[in-house]
Amino acid sequence: MQLTLWTYEGPPHVGAMRIATSMRDVHYVLHAPQGDTYADLLFTMIERQDKRPPVTYTTFQARDLGGDTANIVTRAVQDAVDRFKPKALLVGESCTAELIQDNPGSLAMGMGLSIPIVPLELPSYSKKENWGAAETFYQLVRTLLLERSKMKEARPSREGRRPRVNLLGGTILGFRCRDDIAEVTKLLASVGVDVHVSAPLGAEPDDLRRLPDADANVCLYPEIALTTCSWLQRTFQMPTITTVPIGVGATRDFIAEVGRVLNIDVSAVLGGEVPGQASLSSSQSRMPWYSRSVDATYLTGKRVYIFGDGTHVVSAARIASEELGFKVVGLGTYSREMAREVKACAEKYGVTALITDDYLDVERTVAELQVELVLGTQMERHIAKRLGVPCAVISTPIHVQDVPARYSPQMGFEGANVIFDAWVHPLMMGLEEHLLQMFREDFEFGDGATPSHLHSVAPVKPEASSSAMAVELTSAVSIPVLAEPASAPELARTATTVAEASGAPVVVEVGAPVWSPDGEKELGKIPFFVRGKARRNTEKYAVAQGIALITTETLYEAKAHYGR
Amino acid sequence: MSTALPVYDAGATGGGCTDAPVLRERGQREVFCGLTGIVWLHRKMQDAFFLVVGSRTCAHLLQSAAGVMVFAGPRFATAILQERDLAGMADCNTELDRVVAELLARRPEISTLFLVGSCPSEVIKLDLVTAAERLNRENFPRVRVLSYSGSGIETTFTQGEDQCLKAMVPHLPEAIDGARRLMVVGTLADVIEDQFSRLFAQLGIGPVSYFPARRASALPPVGPGTQLLLAQPFVGETVRALQARGATLLQAPYPLGADGTTRWLAAAAAAWDVPAEHFRRVTEPAQARATTSLQRYRGALDGKRIFFFPDSQLELPLARFLSRECGMQLVEVGTPYLDRLVTVAELALLPEGTMLSEGQDVEKQLARCEAARPDLTVCGLGLANPLEARGLRTKWSIELVFSPIQGYDQAGDLAELFVRPLDRSARLTV
Ligand code: SF4
Ligand code: SF4
Repeated sequence: MQLTLWTYEGPPHVGAMRIATSMRDVHYVLHAPQGDTYADLLFTMIERQDKRPPVTYTTFQARDLGGDTANIVTRAVQDAVDRFKPKALLVGESCTAELIQDNPGSLAMGMGLSIPIVPLELPSYSKKENWGAAETFYQLVRTLLLERSKMKEARPSREGRRPRVNLLGGTILGFRCRDDIAEVTKLLASVGVDVHVSAPLGAEPDDLRRLPDADANVCLYPEIALTTCSWLQRTFQMPTITTVPIGVGATRDFIAEVGRVLNIDVSAVLGGEVPGQASLSSSQSRMPWYSRSVDATYLTGKRVYIFGDGTHVVSAARIASEELGFKVVGLGTYSREMAREVKACAEKYGVTALITDDYLDVERTVAELQVELVLGTQMERHIAKRLGVPCAVISTPIHVQDVPARYSPQMGFEGANVIFDAWVHPLMMGLEEHLLQMFREDFEFGDGATPSHLHSVAPVKPEASSSAMAVELTSAVSIPVLAEPASAPELARTATTVAEASGAPVVVEVGAPVWSPDGEKELGKIPFFVRGKARRNTEKYAVAQGIALITTETLYEAKAHYGR
Repeated sequence: MSTALPVYDAGATGGGCTDAPVLRERGQREVFCGLTGIVWLHRKMQDAFFLVVGSRTCAHLLQSAAGVMVFAGPRFATAILQERDLAGMADCNTELDRVVAELLARRPEISTLFLVGSCPSEVIKLDLVTAAERLNRENFPRVRVLSYSGSGIETTFTQGEDQCLKAMVPHLPEAIDGARRLMVVGTLADVIEDQFSRLFAQLGIGPVSYFPARRASALPPVGPGTQLLLAQPFVGETVRALQARGATLLQAPYPLGADGTTRWLAAAAAAWDVPAEHFRRVTEPAQARATTSLQRYRGALDGKRIFFFPDSQLELPLARFLSRECGMQLVEVGTPYLDRLVTVAELALLPEGTMLSEGQDVEKQLARCEAARPDLTVCGLGLANPLEARGLRTKWSIELVFSPIQGYDQAGDLAELFVRPLDRSARLTV
């Protein structure tokens, strides 16, 4: 048993739902109890789909268990086929049905249906959502290409046509997949390459049957598409383009790889890219110039922590370090499948990778590392909110506000622009930071002062935010749970009780240094967004020096010791 | 006893929908499982912790269904079964002991720990009742360990609370004196509890206890003389367990709306022999206030047609409130299950001929809904946007469970929740 408070990934059948929902004319019959229908709302609320996911649940109950649950499956399959008329049917089970071993896949196979049936075996007690999505996509592609895979076809002739590739891995509930596909399609068009099929997002079963007619596969999201790309490579000798074009450097590398793999001249596009040159015309992206503009100097060496799926973390580390001049102080992933890549990446930046799906590990690490910016998932957004650190979301799991209405890809040159805005926006602006430093006693710059371009409310004290009596529906609408319209003092009271009750460590270490009133007062003059760091540094310094009472002197000695 | 009190009379043949035919469906259901109750129960009982013994699905449901804020240390968690746990029973119990020990060490302030069963734990026949008894022996009195099932093969959505409360019933202290006391059963927001407490005090009804209380360790006494007044329509099993301990059920509609609240209070007043004159003096100002607040919204709802998908069990009381106090027409009132013990007073107040359905076959019901094209549809989160996209206005039922809607001073708020989607669609031109 694994004690879990929050999970980064859902169970593997949710991954299968993502594949079914991403496509047209595919239906999924899921042998599962009624509660598992909650997964529909991920699609209808978080991703704001206007249709229900194409999933039929058997919703068997306890009273069915002794009897004929198999019958329930075949009835559900027949109803789904009659009602939705899919061109391919996925049949599988969730964690509970896995235990009763009805084998819904084989049951469906035995029904003599005229459409392709893909039986799914997704072990719920050892695997997770992304794995489930990858496996489902692979099984579906394999089933639909079964005939062709035996024919030992030659690669398609390139005679008289432009080169063409498949874009593989985009899904519903992925991170900005819809816009990435559009952006990469544009990018490829600029070097004369067509997109043959984009899948699973936007494809139908017949499109998957056409996959081998492309010249190569672009593995856009390895978490989802790598298994399929490898199989296509083995079976149809289709080369795989593996560079993920997130960031300016990676986008340039991607174009170069496209050129190499397809044996085409990409200099028309790549020629206009001038790494190392500070001017607006040095790239199709504005990001290199923005990053070199003096205004961005204040970004130098900002301490960032990066956590998310493997692909986005590796990409983000490169951008943070090479394209924005941040300092990567730590990174990690919840995708065990990508652990090797992420560890290699961490090594490159001289940090150790955190491979975990326990968000408390991540929270602890972020707190310890005294981070100035967190790039993470919606879990890290909460961690950052609690610690009062700015945060940008770069990876799934996502929340409703990570599915923006506007065009906002992560990939390609436009993606780099979007990333520049998204990561820099939460930070304090350059000169503003200086002003706050200089006039820290201005009453308007009190503790609540947030970056002036962010009209948000003042950051909530950690204790208060953890006690907020609000349950948030997936649409980001807050609904008070059994909350009374409490007055401020009342709220504060609840806050403390809850903070005490929540087991938040009220650490009173024996022999820990104590702040003198003047030291505390001086500390109060330090702008709130660096105050936590100053406090921790000073205390660390005092402990190291064996100082029991922290005075103003100690504060400045520590400052001198650690530098900014 | 004063006959002037508007009390539900069990003797008179109900009328309304008491004997109305019910459409029973047994197809695909689109309803959460009982685990969902943890979302509000852990907020209500601030010293309780809920440990689900289940799968990653259960953990994912808990965090997605309510889209809960990621609290630093939420008072619930899931012990996720792994492949090796499924190998043998002995193993599972040792694992559970380990997880519980870890948890209790981390959360010393917890006074009650609920082990919550799920579909996987039920199917592998992991005996959480025995496990809880064992852990209770080890940890009581510091921590009381109880168990109940919130599994989707046995419970729907709000039934989880019923199971949770039922698990506490055997531990309620005995009210030996046999004295008359009132127990309000079903989770209420604290603010509403306080409002009701003031009214009960003015009416001279007492002592009053609430079940669940704000602290799980503050268990209300029960015995002969205990009169049960239900705040939520999904506590039937709990009621039966309390009746077995000598308590008496006061039949009443639920305290939704001005008239609903009056009838609810009247049931208690009758049991306490409160003179009708006094009852009126106490309730009239509050009821008048509630009626005024409803007036503002009635126009927007009057004559509008509403359709309920089965979800929270609140469907019957809401339908009664909306039809009687807001003038809405009921197209279909679906409910996950119909427990007459706790709904008989509501059924009697529903307009005759109301189409009632129990259980679900979601595709068929969607077809009925689309054919009827109601002005407003109450449904779960999975269905709302798809229905909106077909031009139907919707109200999420889960919001009605999470919001303070009971009592006189919330009557207007309750009506407003139904007006909002209509108002919104009237404003929008895009
Ligand atoms: S329906 Fe069963 S398996 Fe699914 S979340 Fe609920 S308890 Fe867990
Ligand atoms: S407040 Fe809600 S939407 Fe915002 S980050 Fe938290 S859970 Fe997500």
